[in-house]
Amino acid sequence: MIKVDNLNVAFGDVRAVKSASFTVKDRETYGLVGESGSGKSTVLRALSGLNRQWTGTIAIDGRPIGPVRDKAFYRQVQMVFQDPFGSLHPRHTVDQILSEPIAIHRMDDAEARIRRALDDVGLGPRFRFRYPHQLSGGQRQRVAIARAIILEPSVLLLDEPTSALDVSIQAEVLNLLARLRAERHLTMILVSHNLAVVAHLCDRLAVMNAGAIVEEMTVDDLRRGEPAQAYSKQLLRASLGYDRKMADSLITFE
Amino acid sequence: MSRTAELRSWLITDTPASRAQARWGRMYLSWLAFRRNPLAFGGLIVALAFAVIAVIAPWLATHDPAAQNLAGRLAAPNAANWLGTDELGRDIYSRLLYGTRITLGMVVMVVVLVAPVGLIVGATAGYLGGWPDRILMRITDIFMAFPRLILALAFVAALKPGLTNAVIAIALTAWPPYARLARAETITIRNTDFVAAARIQGASTPRILVRQIMPLCLSSLIVRVTLDMSSIILTAAGLGFLGLGAQPPSPEWGSMIATGRRFILEQWWVATMPGLAIFIASLGFNLLGDGLRDVLDPKQR
Repeated sequence: MIKVDNLNVAFGDVRAVKSASFTVKDRETYGLVGESGSGKSTVLRALSGLNRQWTGTIAIDGRPIGPVRDKAFYRQVQMVFQDPFGSLHPRHTVDQILSEPIAIHRMDDAEARIRRALDDVGLGPRFRFRYPHQLSGGQRQRVAIARAIILEPSVLLLDEPTSALDVSIQAEVLNLLARLRAERHLTMILVSHNLAVVAHLCDRLAVMNAGAIVEEMTVDDLRRGEPAQAYSKQLLRASLGYDRKMADSLITFE
Repeated sequence: MSRTAELRSWLITDTPASRAQARWGRMYLSWLAFRRNPLAFGGLIVALAFAVIAVIAPWLATHDPAAQNLAGRLAAPNAANWLGTDELGRDIYSRLLYGTRITLGMVVMVVVLVAPVGLIVGATAGYLGGWPDRILMRITDIFMAFPRLILALAFVAALKPGLTNAVIAIALTAWPPYARLARAETITIRNTDFVAAARIQGASTPRILVRQIMPLCLSSLIVRVTLDMSSIILTAAGLGFLGLGAQPPSPEWGSMIATGRRFILEQWWVATMPGLAIFIASLGFNLLGDGLRDVLDPKQR
């Protein structure tokens, strides 16, 4: 479904992504994990077309795509952002936010589509004419997810979709994503630094460090705690808990 | 529950049932915030009063503003001529009322010309960045470098003195600050996630500018425009004073002061009354602008 080959992204002299290659199968959920600054979000922004300064090959459904995307691409690939407070326009009601993609793509039956999208993310019509400041963080993220699925994409890119939410809400949003994936046969790429989130949702994952993919593994490998690479082992150890002994043992990988 | 309480709860509900209700509710909350500021409320009353006076001037006036009465020239304020008469015996009170039309007309014309231009130039420059930004902002700088009154003077002198040319001259020099303001706002908005989300939905650049960016520039622009109205009034009066704005016999406040200048010591009311009108109008708009800033500026909430 998605094939990334030798992807490089540079900001000036800084090489944010160094020849990353991976393949995501149809209806698979693929995780990109790593610490802050490891380049995982940059991969996602290149995939989504938000970042146009990249080299390499990106193919979706077997067709290679360039830096500038057309409308048909956005019907197929949508994205959910990390910060639900920043990703909704502060002066637009939920209704306006959801009408926008329908108007851009000149889709018919806006009324029914908006109502169904709200139902799908578990919000219901009560929330339709509220402004973002009248919603909680979890509700906002549901609106952002509704906005992404209203175009009926086949690929959903998730940039840390739960890291700005508190733990109980995180689980709800993850379950929502899992349900939508099953109902709509979505292929997803999930960027996260939270290994528990990745283990919950993904089939396979890639560990990134300093812009490069260090290791690819299945979630079963992760659950068994058997990464092959030293960096992945350290990341896993750090995610399990934090004490002085562990902190002292951390080393920097380049 | 009484009718007003019902309306109130309909307005401030957290679960509006329609687009209109959501919009009215937000406007009502802004109105509540505005009403808490007595000075700003006073400014609003002054501005509204001037607008009403401009509309119903013929019914409020006691005399024809152009009717001369040489026998009663330069009369002090009295029962027949409430604010006295000028050097041709015209009633100053009636002339001031009609002058409201000219002044407010000029202000509205300038704002209508200037605000959209500034908003479009600024938002486009800020959002696109790169060379479009550089070109647009250098043009803005050039217009900003001209002293306002001098450019207006040169422009009016080159063409022909008159109301329309005065409006164009003021507009030419008034738009750059709005472009600057809109650009600064846009730069803080353009990298937000909701703009990225709009791009990822396939929105075109003009659509993002109009739907996502401009609504957020609008509030600070409205504040700036309201605060600028007083300086537009002053510039218009200045041009009128120099004989380059509205032409006699039209009762423009600035030109009224100019004619009254000759008698300022003996017949003080001829120049003072239009001066007071300019003062009250400018002050009203300034207070209104300050109040709007408190209500609309999202950074202060």
